[in-house]
Amino acid sequence: MAHESSYVPGNAVEKWVDERLPIVRFAKEHLVDFPTPKNLNYWWTFGGILAFMLVVQIVTGIILAMHYTPHVAMAFDSVEHIRRDVNGGRIIQAVHAVGASMFFFAVYIHMFRGLYFGSYKAPREILWILGVLLFVLMVTTAFMGYVLPWGQMSFWAATVITNIVAAIPVVGDPILQLLRGGFAVDNATLNRFFSLHYLLPFVIAAVVGLHVWALHIPGNNNPVGVDVKSTRDTVPFHPYYTMKDLFAIVVFCIPFAWFVFFAPDLLGHADNYIMANSQVTPAHIVPEWYFLPFYAILRAIDFNILFIDSKLGGVIFFAGSLLVLFFVPWLDTSKVRSGSFRPVFKWFYWLFIVNFVMLAYLGASAADGNVLGIPVADFSKICTVYYFAYFIVILPLLGRFEVPRPLPPSISESVLKHDAAHAAQATH
Amino acid sequence: MNKIKSILSALCIGLIAAATPVLAAEAGPEIKKEPWSFAGLFGTYDQNQLQRGFQVFREVCSSCHGARLIAFRNLSESGGPEFTEGQVKALAAEYSIADISAEGGTRTAVPADRWPSPFANDLEAAEANGGIAPPDLSVMAKARNTSQPFPWWLLNYVTPYAEGGPDYIHALLTGYEDEVPEGTHNSDGTPFELPEGKYYNHYFPGHAIGMPPPLSDGLVTYAEAENGTAVPMTVDQYSRDFAAFAMWMAEPHLVARKESGLQVMVFLIVLAGIMYVVKRRLWAKVEH
Repeated sequence: MAHESSYVPGNAVEKWVDERLPIVRFAKEHLVDFPTPKNLNYWWTFGGILAFMLVVQIVTGIILAMHYTPHVAMAFDSVEHIRRDVNGGRIIQAVHAVGASMFFFAVYIHMFRGLYFGSYKAPREILWILGVLLFVLMVTTAFMGYVLPWGQMSFWAATVITNIVAAIPVVGDPILQLLRGGFAVDNATLNRFFSLHYLLPFVIAAVVGLHVWALHIPGNNNPVGVDVKSTRDTVPFHPYYTMKDLFAIVVFCIPFAWFVFFAPDLLGHADNYIMANSQVTPAHIVPEWYFLPFYAILRAIDFNILFIDSKLGGVIFFAGSLLVLFFVPWLDTSKVRSGSFRPVFKWFYWLFIVNFVMLAYLGASAADGNVLGIPVADFSKICTVYYFAYFIVILPLLGRFEVPRPLPPSISESVLKHDAAHAAQATH
Repeated sequence: MNKIKSILSALCIGLIAAATPVLAAEAGPEIKKEPWSFAGLFGTYDQNQLQRGFQVFREVCSSCHGARLIAFRNLSESGGPEFTEGQVKALAAEYSIADISAEGGTRTAVPADRWPSPFANDLEAAEANGGIAPPDLSVMAKARNTSQPFPWWLLNYVTPYAEGGPDYIHALLTGYEDEVPEGTHNSDGTPFELPEGKYYNHYFPGHAIGMPPPLSDGLVTYAEAENGTAVPMTVDQYSRDFAAFAMWMAEPHLVARKESGLQVMVFLIVLAGIMYVVKRRLWAKVEH
C-alpha cells in the first residue's frame, strides 16, 4: 500500500529539518495519512488498545521500580509500602497488577480476531509471526513480574515454572541453574527476574515497532478480507481511526477502572498476600488466569510416550502450543481470508474458542477433580487434542474441501450491499 | 446476528478471565457472605466498629500475633478507626520498642513506630505456640478468601466481591467446636481424628487448627455509648468487629480508593459518551 507522501514543509525550518531527518514526513505518512480500510469493525481497535496498555504498564512499572526493593527479605513489604505510604501508590500498583490482566485480555481478543479474519495470510505472515513473538515476550514478562511481590504464589510459580526446563535432556539442569542463579529459587532468582522484567518491556516496544512496520507494508486486513482496490476503499488513519481507537480505549478503561478501584485483588490469588516461604507449599498452585489454558496443556500430558517421560512430554506440548502459532500462515490452506465467507470454518473456529475457555477452566481446577462429571485429567487431554487438531489437521484440510461463499468484488461494494440489506430490512 | 456473536465471544473471553478461583478441595461448610459496611461501590468503614475491632485485636489477638505493617499513626488517619492524635500518642507511649540506638536497647514507642510484635523473632514465636509461629495479621484479610461453586463465582466480578477475607476470618473465629462432630471424615474417607494439641474448627482447611478458641462471650468489655445503647459482647460480634479491623489493616485506604473510583467511573462514562458522539459525527460522512 505504498503511497505518495502528501507532506509539504510549511516553512524554511521545516524544510531544513525535512532534508536532514524527515521525521515529520514519516509521522504524517504513517500516523496521519495512512490509508486504512474503511470497514474495520471494533475488533480492530484492540491493536490501539494494546499499544495503550504497553504504555500504561511501562509508565506505572517505572514508578513502581523507584519504590520496590528486589530482596527476598524486603520485596513483600516494599510492595505493601507502595500501597500504604507512597503517594498514589495504591492506584499505581493496582493499575500495574490489574493492567497485566487487561493487557492479556486485549491480546487474546487481538489474536482471536486475527485467527477469525485470516489476518495471518499472505502477505501478512511476518506481521503475524512478530505478533506471536510479542505474545511469547508478554508471557515471559508477565511471569517474571508476578514473581516480584514475593508472595507464596510468586515463589511457587517461579519454582514450578523454572522447573519445566529441567525436563529437557542433557542441558536442562544447567539451564535451570542459570535461570534461578542457584540450586533453588532465592534472592538471585528474584534479582535477575527484576532485571529482566525491566528489560523485556522495551524489547516488546521494539518488536511492536517492527509489528507496525510490517503492518504498514501491506496495510490492514479487513472484515471481508478482500484487498484494498482503490482509494474509495480507504480513509486516512487520522482522524477516522485515531478517533475510533480513542473511543475504544476509553470504553476499555471502564472495566479496567472497575477492577482497579473496586476490586484490585479479585483477579489475583489470596495466597500471594502470604510472604514467600520455601517450607510451606500452598494447597493449590495456580497460575494467573491468562496462563491457565497453556497450564492445562502442560498438565494434560501425564503419561509417557515411548521413551519420552510425561514431564518432558508436557513441556513439549506446552512449548508446541505456542510454537504451532508461528506456522498458522502455512497451516491454513484456504485462499479466503475472512471467516465470514467460510461456512464450515466458522463452526470449528467457535469450537476452538469454547475449547480454549474450557482449557482455562480445567487449568484452574484441581488435577484430581471432575468437571461436568468428567475427570479433569481426561477432559484436559480431549481439549489438548482439539487445540492441536485445529491447527494441524482442521485448518490444512478445510482449505481443500470447504466451498467458500462468493467474495464481494471490493470493500466499497461490500459496504454498499451491507447498507442496502439494512435499508431493505428497515423498510420491511 | 453479528452483534450477538460479538457479545458471545466477548463473554467467552470474559469467562476465561473469570476462571481464576480455585475449586475448594477441602470442602468445609460454605462460608456465608456477611453484610459488611465496607462492601460494594459505596462501602465505607464503620468507625465505631473499627475501634471495637482494634480493642479486640489489642486485648486478645496481639498477645500472639504481630501486625508489622501497621504503624500507631495509621490509627488516627482518616478512613480508619480515626482515634485522635492525642489518643494515639498516649497509646504508643504504653509500648516499648526495641531500638539498638536507644539506651538499654529499648525506648518508648512514638506514633511513627510500627506495631510491636509479641515475640522477638519467629523462632521464639514458634517455641511459645506449639511449633508454628502465629501468622502476622497485617494483610490477613487479603491473604484468605472464600470460594463459591460454579457459576456463582461469576457474580463476584459484577458485585464486585472483595470481602472473602473478612468472611473467612469471621467464619473461622465463630467456627470452633468443643468436640469433633460425629461422622467427620478426612477427604480420603477415613474417620477424622483430632491430633494432640489441636482444636476442631469447621472452616480451617483440614479442620485441625493450632490456635485455641481465642474469643468467648464477655471476654472484651465494650464501652457503652453515651445514649446507653450497648453493643452485644458475644463471640459473633467480636469476630465481626475484628474481621472489619483486619480488613482495615490490610486496606487502610479502602474508603479513599472507592471514593476516587466513583469519580473515575463517572468521568470515564461521560468521556466515553462524548467520544462516541464525536466518532459518530466524524464517520457520518463515510459509508462503512
